[in-house]
Amino acid sequence: MARNTLPSRFRGLDIDEYDENRFVDEQDEAAEQQGPDGAEVDALLRRGEMMTAFHIALKNPPINSKNPAVKERAQAVVLRVLTSFKSSDIEPAVKSLDRNGVDLLMKYIYRGFEKPSDNSSAILLQWHEKAFAVGGLGSIVRVLTARKSV
Amino acid sequence: MHFVQMKTKIALCPNNHDVHIYKKEGNGWTKTQVLKEHNGQVTGIDWAPESNRIVTCGTDRNAYVWTLKGDVWKPTLVILRINRAARCVKWSPKENKFAVGSGSRLISVCYFEQENDWWVCKHIKKPIRSTILCLDWHPNNILLAAGSCDFKCRIFSAYIKEVEEKPAPTPWGSKMPFGEVMFESTGTAGWVHGVCFSESGNRVAWASHDSTVAVAEGGKTAVITSLSSETLPLLCVTFITENSLVAAGHDCYPALFVYDGEKGTLTFGGKLDVPKQSAQKGLTARERFQNLDKKATSDTKEAVLESLHKNSISQISILQGGKAKCAKFCTTGMDGGMAIWDVKTLESAMKDLKIV
Repeated sequence: MARNTLPSRFRGLDIDEYDENRFVDEQDEAAEQQGPDGAEVDALLRRGEMMTAFHIALKNPPINSKNPAVKERAQAVVLRVLTSFKSSDIEPAVKSLDRNGVDLLMKYIYRGFEKPSDNSSAILLQWHEKAFAVGGLGSIVRVLTARKSV
Repeated sequence: MHFVQMKTKIALCPNNHDVHIYKKEGNGWTKTQVLKEHNGQVTGIDWAPESNRIVTCGTDRNAYVWTLKGDVWKPTLVILRINRAARCVKWSPKENKFAVGSGSRLISVCYFEQENDWWVCKHIKKPIRSTILCLDWHPNNILLAAGSCDFKCRIFSAYIKEVEEKPAPTPWGSKMPFGEVMFESTGTAGWVHGVCFSESGNRVAWASHDSTVAVAEGGKTAVITSLSSETLPLLCVTFITENSLVAAGHDCYPALFVYDGEKGTLTFGGKLDVPKQSAQKGLTARERFQNLDKKATSDTKEAVLESLHKNSISQISILQGGKAKCAKFCTTGMDGGMAIWDVKTLESAMKDLKIV
């Protein structure tokens, strides 16, 4: 079949970066957003206090942070909490959130989908089902249109 | 499909380069004229009721003002000085100016220059960072609300000293030189698809692609209230009283939203399109198996929209009563259909619906 023999490194160049008029997102303060406290969440999980661990894990989301390490850490903490829930406990947990909480949970769920592992996909899909029942298509649209995500 | 309705006439574009004019005859509509001048799809039409002029804009980067000479509509070209497609156009309340939003990241405010006998335009550029999707004029003929793909709804001053007097102060501010940003939205993400001033002009509502609808109230610092909905994004929004909004979009039905200025809340008031429940027909065993094979479900629900519009609703227009006491409004959609809704009938048909 046809094979490209000409140089094609130029295809990896992002020419929009050199456009003076390109759209730049507003720079917001990222000072206090270090993500949830992993140690505290771990302690609560060990003691079996799932709901409290859940609420703490959803605090301080690193939305404005440009540091990928902070975001990875936050994602890991939340994923740990979500996977330690029993299926029957998921629905009351989702019901305890307000509108913004459901939107944030959806963001973490989709972030979790990006890197599927053996034991995460099934439980994440159950979380997704319950969160969708409360947040509807709107919450998914907000995950897709968010410029600042977790 | 874009359309504008006068009392007995409609101008619409069926997604091509032409504008069709229809006249109401009895219970039906007959096509009376076809306006052919644009070289690209017509993206915006507005009909000025008092001066009886139509303005159209299109992807050919032009706008034409059409005046009726006898039975024929004659076009006049307006040089917009844009290098991308025009997206939307609106006559100002006094009909001495019109504004065109375009992909050139600017708004062209056009007015008629008597000495040279042609339309000229001024540009509002800063701080617009992307395509302007929608426009609405404030009743004072000076302020212009614009929704853009840079995720912001803004109110600009479009004061043209050649055609009007200096405006009186409004809740949005007192100094209004041309191009001044009187208000810029925060708090909602997503492209702003629809924007609308209330009848008094003290409130502005906008619908964003992140499935939110928001209202801002003018004041020393503008107060913004938004509602994140569980539905698909809304494409158009309009005030039907000073406190109630009707919005519609990709979910194919119009919905009511109620704004409470004192409590600072925006709440969902109800769906305005309650479809008649069609009888559930039973499935044979064969159909059930086929469904299971094709769609992995043996659900009896058919994949057919029960709403009146079968595709996204792209435009809502007030027909009667104005934005303060709307009695009838009209929706047009991507399914090429136009539906007229009577507010009184809706109020009596849906028991929990209250329009304040």
